[in-house]
Order: sequence, then C-alpha cells, then structure tokens
Amino acid sequence: MNEAESSFRENRLDEIRRQAFELGTVQQPGIRAAGSPLPKASPQTGYYQQPLLKEPQWTPLVPLYFFVGGASGSLGVIGSLADLLGDNDELARKARYMAAGGSAISSVLLIADLGRPSRFLNMLRVFKPQSAMSVGSWVLSGFSAFAAASTLADILDTQVDGSTIATFLRTMGRTGCTVLGMPFHNYTGVLIGATTIPVWNNRIRSLPREFGMSGLQSAVGCLELSGETDSNALNAIGLLAAAFETWEGIELLRTRDRELAPTKEGPTGALIQTAGILSGPVPIALRLASLFSRKNKRRLRQAAAVSGVIGSLCLRYGWVAAGTVSARDWKIPLNIPEDEQQLDSSHRSQTPALSG
Amino acid sequence: MSGATDYTGIKPGEVTAFLTDSTLCIGCKACEVACKEWNGISADGYDFTGWSYDNTAALGHSTWRHVKFVEDQITPGIGGNSAQQLSWEFSSDVCKHCEVAGCLEACPTGSLVRTEFGSVYLQPDICNGCAYCVISCPFGVVQKNEDDGRAFKCTFCTDRQKAGLMPACAKACPTESIRFGRLDELQTEAQVRLATLQARGMTDAQIYDPTNTSVKGIHSMFIIRGEPETYNLPPKPEVPTIYLKDGWKSAAFEAVAMVGAVVASFLFLGRKG
Repeated sequence: MNEAESSFRENRLDEIRRQAFELGTVQQPGIRAAGSPLPKASPQTGYYQQPLLKEPQWTPLVPLYFFVGGASGSLGVIGSLADLLGDNDELARKARYMAAGGSAISSVLLIADLGRPSRFLNMLRVFKPQSAMSVGSWVLSGFSAFAAASTLADILDTQVDGSTIATFLRTMGRTGCTVLGMPFHNYTGVLIGATTIPVWNNRIRSLPREFGMSGLQSAVGCLELSGETDSNALNAIGLLAAAFETWEGIELLRTRDRELAPTKEGPTGALIQTAGILSGPVPIALRLASLFSRKNKRRLRQAAAVSGVIGSLCLRYGWVAAGTVSARDWKIPLNIPEDEQQLDSSHRSQTPALSG
Repeated sequence: MSGATDYTGIKPGEVTAFLTDSTLCIGCKACEVACKEWNGISADGYDFTGWSYDNTAALGHSTWRHVKFVEDQITPGIGGNSAQQLSWEFSSDVCKHCEVAGCLEACPTGSLVRTEFGSVYLQPDICNGCAYCVISCPFGVVQKNEDDGRAFKCTFCTDRQKAGLMPACAKACPTESIRFGRLDELQTEAQVRLATLQARGMTDAQIYDPTNTSVKGIHSMFIIRGEPETYNLPPKPEVPTIYLKDGWKSAAFEAVAMVGAVVASFLFLGRKG
C-alpha cells in the first residue's frame, strides 16, 4: 500500500468516527466490489443495460456489394444515355461492359453472403413492395438481364451489320438499364434505412441520395481509371456528385441527433468522416485543378477518380459498421434519455474501488 | 396429467395468444426447457452473465423463451445481500407475434408467414439466411444461426396448435404464469387480472400491449410490475416499413437528379456530332 492510499484510509476511519459520534450511526454502504454499482434492471438502466436490438448479421461482402451495385447501376445509366446523346462511343461501350460485369459480380456477392446460398432463387419466389430487400432482389435481377442484353447487342454489332436482333436487344437493354439503373444505384440506402437500427433509421431521408451520388461518383471514377480522362462530361458529373457529397457531409455534421454518434465517434465515425473528405472536397479540388492544368490534367483526373472510389468504399463500410455499433445502444430503443447514464457514471466515480 | 385434459378446443382460423403474467412467475425456467425439448433446439452453453441470476441473457436463434430476472435493491458487499432488501420479478419473454410484424414485412423469400392462428411463423425450408428480418424486428427477437445459415424464432408451437394442444411453454408452466388461449378472451382476462392486482395494492402493475404504435398490438401480451423499460420492452416499438415512403421519395429525387446530371453533361460537354 502506498503512502497516499494509506493516508486516505486513515482519513476514512476518522470520518467514520466523526459520523458515529455526531449522528449515532454511520450512513455508509459496506465494501463495494470493484466495478460497482453493478448494472441494474430499472426504468433508467433498462434490463441490466443489455441491448434490445440484434446486431446486423451481414458479412463484409454486403458493403462491398453496396459499392459495386451503386457503381454498376450508375454505369448502366451513363452507358445507355451516353450512347444516345454523347459523342464518345468508346466511353459509352466501356460503361455498358462495366455495368454488365458489375451486376454479375453484385449477384455473386449477395449470394455468397446468404446463410444458404443454394436457396438464392427463393428471393424470386415472391415480390413484396413492402420489403426493400425483395424490391432490390428483383431490381438487381432485372438490371443484370438488361445489362447483359445491352452488351450482347454490342457484341453482335461487331459481328453482323444491321442485325434486327441486335437492334431489339440494344433498344430493350439501353431502356431497361436506364430505368432500372435508377433504383439499382441507390435502393441500398432505403434497404438499410427502413430497419430498426437507430443510426440508419435516423438517416432514411438522406441515405438513398448519399449512396446514390456516391455510386455515381465511383462510376465516373471507374471510367476515368479505364482511360477516359479526356471527357469533360464525366468531369462535370464527377464535380456535381462531389459537390453533393460535400453538402451531405456538412449536413451530417450539423445534425446533432444522438442516434448519429457512431457516424462521428470511434472507428466507424473515422471511416465515415474520411469517406466524406475523400468523396467531397478532395475530388472537387483535383477536378477543378485539372481544368487549369495542361501538363498534369490526366494525373489529376486519375487522382480524383481514386479518391472518389476509395471514398465510396469507405462510405459503405463505415455506414454498415456504424449499424453494428448503433444496435448495441440499449438506451435509444427504450427512449431512455442520454443524461441518465452520465448520472450513473458520476455516481460510480464517487465510489472508491478497493484494490489489493 | 394426461393428454386429453390439455385439449384446447381451438381450431385453425381462431386467433390465439399468450398472456404472460410476471406476478405469477417463479423463475423456474420450465418454459425455456420445455421449448427447447419440444422444438429440438440446441443448448446455449454454460455462459454466466455476471449481472444477475439470469444466465439465458436474451432471446435468440436458440432461445425462444427467456425468463427475465428483475432483481431490485441489491447493494453488493457486506450486509447488502440480506433477503429483506431483495425483491425479484420474473417475466418469461417470447416472440411478440405482432399484429403488423417487421420481420414478416421484410422477408424477401416469403419464408415468414402469418399462420391460421394469427401468429408469425418462419418456414425453415424456405429461409435462405439473408438476415434482413434480424434488423427489422423492433423487439430484437429473430436471429440468424451462423452455423446453420438460417434465421430462427418462436414458432408459437404451430404444430401443437394444429393438433389442438397448447404450446409447450404454456403447458409446462407450473403456476399458469403463461396463459394460452383465444386473443380476445385473453385480452379481457388481462384486464380482469389487472383490476384484481390493483385492488390488492399492486398499483404498479400494468399490461404491456403496444396497440397505439405501428405494431398495432401483439399476440404475446405481458402483465408486468413497473415500467416496460425495466424488462427491455420498448415503450414505443415501430415497424420499420413506416419509413419506406420517406426512403423511396429520397431515392426517386436522387435518381432523377442523376439522370438529369448525366443528360445535361453529355448534351453540353460532349454532344453527338
């Protein structure tokens, strides 16, 4: 026992003696175990501070799917619309190939995440508009089919001139990819928002648009990294998406709901805030610089693309991980105010823990 | 105690319910054991929670009944464990079989269905383990068994009910703390019981049945003493599908904005020659 502790205990004996003398009784608890007070079941502490909700049980493949799906959906829209309006056929074709490949990878990722992968077709047993998971499964299946049709038309065009089958597949594929690419690139925000997980649920209004714009930005990034660094149209889309992500990031920081703590604190907060910087101000600066630089134009565009893609990945992994942290919060589902726990911890600090 | 006297007389098509009365529960855990034996659920292991005599901890894929131990006025240490200072409440928790069920709405395979008894049933031969129901249950009941790959929860002993028998937990309960019967009859019975308890001076007794939320009521009602938060029962549970409209609206706006941005960019900065 060191000197400070022994003098503390001597003082304590004096205090007990004084109380016994003055009050005729000592109103003190006995020895408290280290770590006391023990958790209780009460309206203030819930059921021994045990979490009410179950944690999400998705594997890390799911946030990866959110990324790949978000990019492919946007690539499908870019590939179809650029074919109709744009002057760069090479860019449009690349986008369509990537969309077809991406949607195929998406299906593989989702099936691999299932507890019973062999039963993946059960997803298409029913269509339930009230289930975002059901809607998403159908959208993914439809988009994959249209993206494949679109790509098949491109391949046919290189072999046969003016084939009617190719025309049919092209029209159907391009239309389908545009229509279904719209929900496909952002439905995952609805998917996680319409759950009981407080941090996701709190952002149901912004998650779909944030995930959507992040998908669009990574689509632009993928095209630029495949060599399309001269397209001004792509740069404009990238700038727009990055500007939106910046605004969304500021909006998140300005909202002070306690449900959002996992997006600002701890490892998940670090990931989401990093995502905000990598997909917001950094690509904006690089893209603007690329407009004025003659020598490093290509390099700057590539750097912006890499930043956007990594930012999008961080965003998906950050938000999914934040859901796990949020599910452990026992207070929010029980509507227990934040300060109750602070009372509890201040009570704890008053109690000297006995050791050795 | 022969089988004949246990015949409930309830036929498929009639809505059934549990009424779990914590004022009668003695914490024997017979319901947990009966449930595991009848349904053939694996053991949970020998884990000690350390925070109370409740070592079952929570409902989950292998725990469809869970007796909660609300131990009050514990002051640990010398002189703090005297029986006079201690009050115990027990309450056997179970799947709520919601009127509007989050898990049922979320299930993309149609594995989760509404049965002929009004309960929510997970068909294990359909479930593909997507785990979306897990994060859609406002009561944290359904869970995926990582070893098996599928999600599991209380079946309301639909198999027994079809044969005119009461669920295993209700049959095993020695104090009739777990009552089983027709929903409307038990709702009346709960009110009568509550009045009796309050007349006896248990003014803190109340019925837990969140009918005023989007869950629209549950088929496993509880009579508890004190506040629902103490038992980890959410005071205002909501079915997450009520947020879908906001979500899809946001998605629709963003999708139109994306198409607009792509169209405008290619028209102004890279139009077909």
